[in-house]
Amino acid sequence: MKKQLFVLLLALAPAWAFAAGGEGIHLDKANIDPTNTQSLQRGARLFVNYCLSCHSASLMRYERMGKDLGISEQLVSENLMFTGGKVGELMTVATAPADAKEWFGTVPPDLTVIARARGVDWLYTYLRSFYLDDSRHIGVNNLVFPDVGMPHVLWELQGWQEPIITTVKDHEGKETKVVDLELVEPGLLTPKEYDRAVRDLVNFLDYMGEPAKHERRALGVKVLMFLFLFLVLAYLLKREYWKDVH
Amino acid sequence: MAGNTSEKWQGGLLGWIDARFPLSSMWYDHLARYYAPKNFNFWYYFGSLALMVLVLQIITGIWLTMNYKPDATLAFNSVEYIMRDVNWGWLIRYMHSTGASFFFIVVYLHMFRGLIYGSFKKPRELIWIFGMIIYVCLMAEAFMGYLLPWGQMSYWGAQVIISLFGAIPGIGDSLALWIRGDFVIADATLNRFFAFHVIAVPIVLLALVVLHILALHEVGSNNPDGVEIKKNKDANGIPLDGIPFHPYYTVKDIVGVAVFLIVFCSVVFFMPEMGGWFLERDNFIPADPLKTPVHIVPLWYFTPFYAVLRAVPDKFLGVVAMGAAIFALFLLPWLDRSPVKSIRYRGTVYKIAVAVFVVSFVALGYLGTQPATPVMTNFARLFSLLYFGFFAALLIIPSFEKTKPVPDRVTS
Repeated sequence: MKKQLFVLLLALAPAWAFAAGGEGIHLDKANIDPTNTQSLQRGARLFVNYCLSCHSASLMRYERMGKDLGISEQLVSENLMFTGGKVGELMTVATAPADAKEWFGTVPPDLTVIARARGVDWLYTYLRSFYLDDSRHIGVNNLVFPDVGMPHVLWELQGWQEPIITTVKDHEGKETKVVDLELVEPGLLTPKEYDRAVRDLVNFLDYMGEPAKHERRALGVKVLMFLFLFLVLAYLLKREYWKDVH
Repeated sequence: MAGNTSEKWQGGLLGWIDARFPLSSMWYDHLARYYAPKNFNFWYYFGSLALMVLVLQIITGIWLTMNYKPDATLAFNSVEYIMRDVNWGWLIRYMHSTGASFFFIVVYLHMFRGLIYGSFKKPRELIWIFGMIIYVCLMAEAFMGYLLPWGQMSYWGAQVIISLFGAIPGIGDSLALWIRGDFVIADATLNRFFAFHVIAVPIVLLALVVLHILALHEVGSNNPDGVEIKKNKDANGIPLDGIPFHPYYTVKDIVGVAVFLIVFCSVVFFMPEMGGWFLERDNFIPADPLKTPVHIVPLWYFTPFYAVLRAVPDKFLGVVAMGAAIFALFLLPWLDRSPVKSIRYRGTVYKIAVAVFVVSFVALGYLGTQPATPVMTNFARLFSLLYFGFFAALLIIPSFEKTKPVPDRVTS
């Protein structure tokens, strides 16, 4: 029995070992805290102020957001809903897709489940990696998402960054370009405050990707506790019956 | 007296039914007097677990259907609607998506059991064949179900797999067009896949499961020793090494169910995406016919065969090889002619062959998830050869194999 379990684990081991692999550019850890309600509230404020004018979150309701984040309906409709309407409505956007296509070259994607598609570390790094680039019509580029269509919407918070390109030679003499970013014009926030603001925003995006996550984990603990108790009873029942079998 | 009358009434009702429907005899034939070998081990849990997962998938599937919309413009959003606005919708959806992967885990382990204890051998060839058809139906069911969330991976995965039919010479393109119902994967494809996923394939699956179990109960269960317990019966015709399935294996299987549910619920409640293996990241982006994802991967349970497909340089021959990799399993009862069933009493060469086969299958499964670089492709070729080599080896091994003596009775 033990041997067989071991063989089973051994057979499955490569799948897990390789599942951890990543690719491309180094991503900074977002280190979000989904239990931090204040962070989520700040994130929600940033989201409706900076993102929701172009991006929709058309599968999320204002009412649900308020309930989950501990914001009263009145506060939601007064402070977080700029377009009026009822609190039970979805977080849609007024921009017509055709206009958006003309302005940005592409329709800004809906952000409801973006954190589940991209991952929080990607979003956290992406929002901090805009730099000035005169060759582009929007004047900026991004390290994580080259030739991105989105302008640096958070520029007034972060300020402007410029790339420093250094060439590094490894021991084989192969040259690689490393791009680092330097803040050349400070924004309203210090770099540390900006990182925190982005973390809050990403925390909110993560919440929005799966509003039931908190409930899911809380219920999971109870379900597993029940199942362990059930396992003990089931095992005792089995042992009792199997006393007859020789 | 009161107890007496209620008993009489019960007997009366049962008698009334039994005169019209074989209720009692079915109960005895398949449970209370179905004698199973007493030496079932760990590997024998996965049959009943597969049945449970099937029921779980059907029930959660019915509830998902109540809010899911099989329409290319609504499908993606309706899944997120289930995740957010439907009471307990997230739980039902995660149980269904996790259940799909666990179905394959359980079925692969169940098949492995059949392989190592020779449960496919005479007189159980038909049980194996029915089981293999169940496995193929399950692959169709999972493939069509995966299109329904209408995410990028749903869309492009289906595009890649259906385009394989296009590789068939002559009729290929028209066949692929006929399957899709459009020139690309589109609303028509989604609608027909929905119809097959929720009605056609489940009905066939249920019927096959009945056949699988009827065939099993006709000849009786094999066991880890590969001994036929029906050869040694007592005066009443009851196998000496047999115990009634109910209550002994029902209570034992409940323990298996509890352990299974602990593992299953750990995934459902704490890691429903399973790091992108059960729910892929790209599938949280709505299907877009104009944007091909960089890296299209089928779900993990198809990747061994996908790796075989990519290992062959010619597309059509690749499809043939992939089909052969599945079809070869159907032939097991006629490839392995050794009279010894259980791996316990087979020779070392056979044991090594089984080990190589398992390693090849797992390695192909891994390679199928990776980009097809030249190195990876060469590895896939090596493991494909080993995979098929196993079936060839089965033909030869019995001719020189030194097997151990098989006991008359089961060992405990």
